[in-house]
Amino acid sequence: MRQQARSLFLLLAGSTASGSSLAEWEVNMTEGVTAVSRNIYGLHMTILMICVVIGVIVFGVMFYSIFKHRKSKGAVPQQFHESTLVEIAWTSIPFLILVLMAIPATKTLVDIYNTDEADIDIKITGYQWKWQYEYVGEDVSFFSNLSTPREEVTNVRTKNPNYLLEVDEPLVIPVGKKVRFLVTAADVIHSWWVPALAVKRDAIPGFINEAWTNIDVPGTYRGQCAELCGKDHGYMPIVVEAKSEADYEAWLVAKKEEAEKERELTDKVWSMEELMARGEQTYNKVCAVCHQVNGTGMPPLFPALKGSAMATEASQIAAHVDIVVNGKKGTAMQSFANQLSEVDIAAVVTYERNAWGNNTGEMVTPKEVMEYKKTGKYVEETAKQAMPAKQQASL
Amino acid sequence: MTSATDTHGGHDDHAHGPAKGLMRWVLTTNHKDIGSMYLWFSFIMFLTGGAMAMIIRAELFQPGLHIVEPAFFNQMTTMHGLIMVFGAVMPAFVGLANWMIPMQIGAPDMAMPRMNNWSFWILPFAAVMLISTLFMEGGGPNFGWTFYAPLSTDYSPPSTTFFIFAIHMLGISSIMGAINIIATILNLRAPGMTMMKMPLFVWTWLITAYLLIAVMPVLAGAVTMMLLDIHFGTSFFNAGGGGDPVLFQHIFWFFGHPEVYIMILPSFGIVSAIIPAFARKGLFGYTSMVYATASIAFLSFIVWAHHMFTVGIPLIGELFFMYATMLIAVPTGVKVFNWVTTMFRGSMTFETPMLFSIAFVVLFTIGGFSGLMLSIAPADFQYHDTYFVVAHFHYVLVPGAIFAIFAACYYWLPKWTGHMYDETLAKTHFWLSFIGMNLTFFPMHFVGLAGMPRRIPDYALQFANFNEISSVGGFLFGTTQFLFLFIIIKCIRGGEKAPAKPWEGAEGLEWSVPSPAPYHTFTTPPDVK
Amino acid sequence: MSQSDKGESDQKTLSVAQSARRTVIRSILVAIGMFGFGFAMVPLYNVFCQVTGLNGKTDPDPYLYKAAEAKADTSRDIKVQFVATRNAGMSWSFTPSTPQVTVHPGEPGVLNFVVKNPTDKPMVGQAIPSVTPFEATNFLHKVECFCFTTQTLQPGEERIMPLRIIVDQELPKHIKKLTLSYTLFDVTHLQ
Repeated sequence: MRQQARSLFLLLAGSTASGSSLAEWEVNMTEGVTAVSRNIYGLHMTILMICVVIGVIVFGVMFYSIFKHRKSKGAVPQQFHESTLVEIAWTSIPFLILVLMAIPATKTLVDIYNTDEADIDIKITGYQWKWQYEYVGEDVSFFSNLSTPREEVTNVRTKNPNYLLEVDEPLVIPVGKKVRFLVTAADVIHSWWVPALAVKRDAIPGFINEAWTNIDVPGTYRGQCAELCGKDHGYMPIVVEAKSEADYEAWLVAKKEEAEKERELTDKVWSMEELMARGEQTYNKVCAVCHQVNGTGMPPLFPALKGSAMATEASQIAAHVDIVVNGKKGTAMQSFANQLSEVDIAAVVTYERNAWGNNTGEMVTPKEVMEYKKTGKYVEETAKQAMPAKQQASL
Repeated sequence: MTSATDTHGGHDDHAHGPAKGLMRWVLTTNHKDIGSMYLWFSFIMFLTGGAMAMIIRAELFQPGLHIVEPAFFNQMTTMHGLIMVFGAVMPAFVGLANWMIPMQIGAPDMAMPRMNNWSFWILPFAAVMLISTLFMEGGGPNFGWTFYAPLSTDYSPPSTTFFIFAIHMLGISSIMGAINIIATILNLRAPGMTMMKMPLFVWTWLITAYLLIAVMPVLAGAVTMMLLDIHFGTSFFNAGGGGDPVLFQHIFWFFGHPEVYIMILPSFGIVSAIIPAFARKGLFGYTSMVYATASIAFLSFIVWAHHMFTVGIPLIGELFFMYATMLIAVPTGVKVFNWVTTMFRGSMTFETPMLFSIAFVVLFTIGGFSGLMLSIAPADFQYHDTYFVVAHFHYVLVPGAIFAIFAACYYWLPKWTGHMYDETLAKTHFWLSFIGMNLTFFPMHFVGLAGMPRRIPDYALQFANFNEISSVGGFLFGTTQFLFLFIIIKCIRGGEKAPAKPWEGAEGLEWSVPSPAPYHTFTTPPDVK
Repeated sequence: MSQSDKGESDQKTLSVAQSARRTVIRSILVAIGMFGFGFAMVPLYNVFCQVTGLNGKTDPDPYLYKAAEAKADTSRDIKVQFVATRNAGMSWSFTPSTPQVTVHPGEPGVLNFVVKNPTDKPMVGQAIPSVTPFEATNFLHKVECFCFTTQTLQPGEERIMPLRIIVDQELPKHIKKLTLSYTLFDVTHLQ
């Protein structure tokens, strides 16, 4: 309630958290950083100018009449109601203008549709509410989540300049290479859009769409999902980092090494503190969008975890692991088996069973999750070092 | 005279005036009563949908979440769209048609008066059902007024079933209304009222009615398929079961594109009556207006996929839909040129209906320009699903449909009520609406081009300033509409007595009957020369 | 008004009412017809898609491959990429044994997809194919594919599913790379 009063106050005060800079008054389409985006910008400006010229003429005549041919100035109505010649003229002239306009538009469109000879193929999959990028043939694949802190969204903290346009892991591509995107979705329809690249393609479950880009200038380019995809449609941004070819190769190698390290972590013996720390991070990144940072959820759509039977009763550990791994059919609860590592799943489950007063003291290890994924059975690992209940209470 | 009693069937005792009390409205088969009910219903829906727009604009006033949660925000955008389209604009036009078409063609009533009563009375129930979904578990429809599958099927809230039934009822109501209008225009014209002598409002409505019976059933088919998918295990739109989510979009837009012309063609008719009246000069190019309307209606059936340029249509399809869409600019241009030429060398005065009509021509043309820009497929890759599109369709719908409806109300109010409305207040209403509307929707072009997607509850900081302006404009436009309500009520309750023909240059049969129009008009068909 | 006038106007009114009724009936028929047309769009669209390759929808039936007729066009190498997507809520693992094969048009390419049901319930899956570029859809033939039928997997069961494809010799010359995408859906509830 107090929070709401505060927002209302901010609203009335009309304060902008960001101060003012030129970018906030941006009125036009970006020219972008690819040949295609510049062509589109050119088309946009041409047709806009044509419209402006036609508008000036038509409205000019109209306002001339409005000022000159008014009754108060003693204007006497002329009676003319038909003129075939005039009608033919103003049917055919616009038609010719349209034909002229269609020629460059067609050329650009043909270019956009030419996906031949691509150097790199990247599969983009839309999920509620994140993107997955897979470098086809490279064994590199990761999810890209919104990284803006929740406190900025709820106006507790000042918004940073990239508010809602920042992600934890951006898509990295090299400049000067033709990159082909294979776009699809895993649940509802999304649309992958980066204005600077002039790429917007719908991501449709069951179907694969393609698009391509070839960026000239290294830099960071930001975009957003452009098709309504449910509750957090506004919170699934896209960030593309265009790097030089050498930097890109280095990044690719580092990415593969990182994945290898991640895999090794599964075999490590984890302590409760470590899992809780990692669990909190992962939870806030992935789970909190629905179940909320404080675990209270948004019933009935997104159930509470705090104090729930599933997250507190010892008999439900297996069910808890199952719902995170396999999801729940017909709800927004996805299967995280392929989205999170065993370590992250173990950490999240452990966190959920011990945070917000769910002090079960129970711990789920990465090895148990791995075993569960293999066999579908939850078998408690004997060697794990669960925390004594006493120590737990102080967490 | 005989036709009047005929259309009233067993209610001969009502022949000379309305019954008293509530039952008058429940049982009425009088086209004027039903027209009034349609108009009041539509105004209530306009305020309801408008209230939702106010919530949307309040949330978007600043970046960050302030007033509503994203889940509720989506319900607001969805319901705002549905209510404005199916509750406000379409019933308002049907209401105007009910009032004016019989009077303009010299008919005693609509051809099917009892069906007319039915088609109105379905509406409030459909509206209540639609709005009640907001209070159901899981909330109301949250998938946008275009309800793309699978968001609206596999991922929809439980209330979707009620949404589907509400759409069915609204659809049946519009189809019955449309059939009635077709039957009236084709069969009940006074002797001598040939097709090419009909006022343009009648012509545009005839074409609109044909569009309605052609596409509303397709929408009914689409929601029926959704219902089957949700409850009966079919897979029309579920790729996993062999269906196709893109198919939904094709079916929806096959309905959806003609639908947007359904919401604009009657406006063309209204403006084509008002501009000549206040320019004191007959409409320029009547015949070409009729043909232009017909060609727009025809083209509307072959351009639907321009709403789907980013879906992944093969190049050849993309080109076809781009060219076909660009063609619409030609007949639309002809109409605008005709209106401007009608004003040219006329003798104009600027009463409120004329002000709204002039604003219609200017602002609708701006919406037409942005429409032409959107038709260029490659550029649409940048415009699609951004606020540029929101700006575009609000520029064609607010000035296009709503301003034309305001214009029509002011133009015909003296005929309906027998009183002149308060011209000063009406002009205030016009100017505040005009300023509010432009303040709301013009900045949306800018944020759209700068990259703001539509249907988001929260946005990046660079869009903040223009959104703030939009919201201020929105609040201005919204509150101004209470002034409209006040003007109408004031005009009903009293005011300067209106003569049979209050506008010097007005033409048409409706001005040959006294003001207010008697309960029964043209029981004997007039002579049309 | 004279007697004859009245009779005439009565007759006329009657005929107006009749013709109005006829208009109404015709209009209702149009409306019903259009309702049917909405449903007819489903098969029409599917035919249209298959003819044009729209949406990358491929022929649902196996391609009858006659070894004798198929002469490999060894002058061209075509890369065929395979990508796999699991629809949300589908917890099976699902991967191609190789991300890409290179074949000559007319020559069959063979590979496997591996699926595994890690849950403790039997589940039914259906893989939906999709091809890019659209233009190539009708030139990528599947001789043997797990996508022709649904797949039922017992708890913990793993299955190796073979896929045999042939790229048509008629494939437009400018296309050198095709992508065959499969999305795996959980269709247990539809059975």
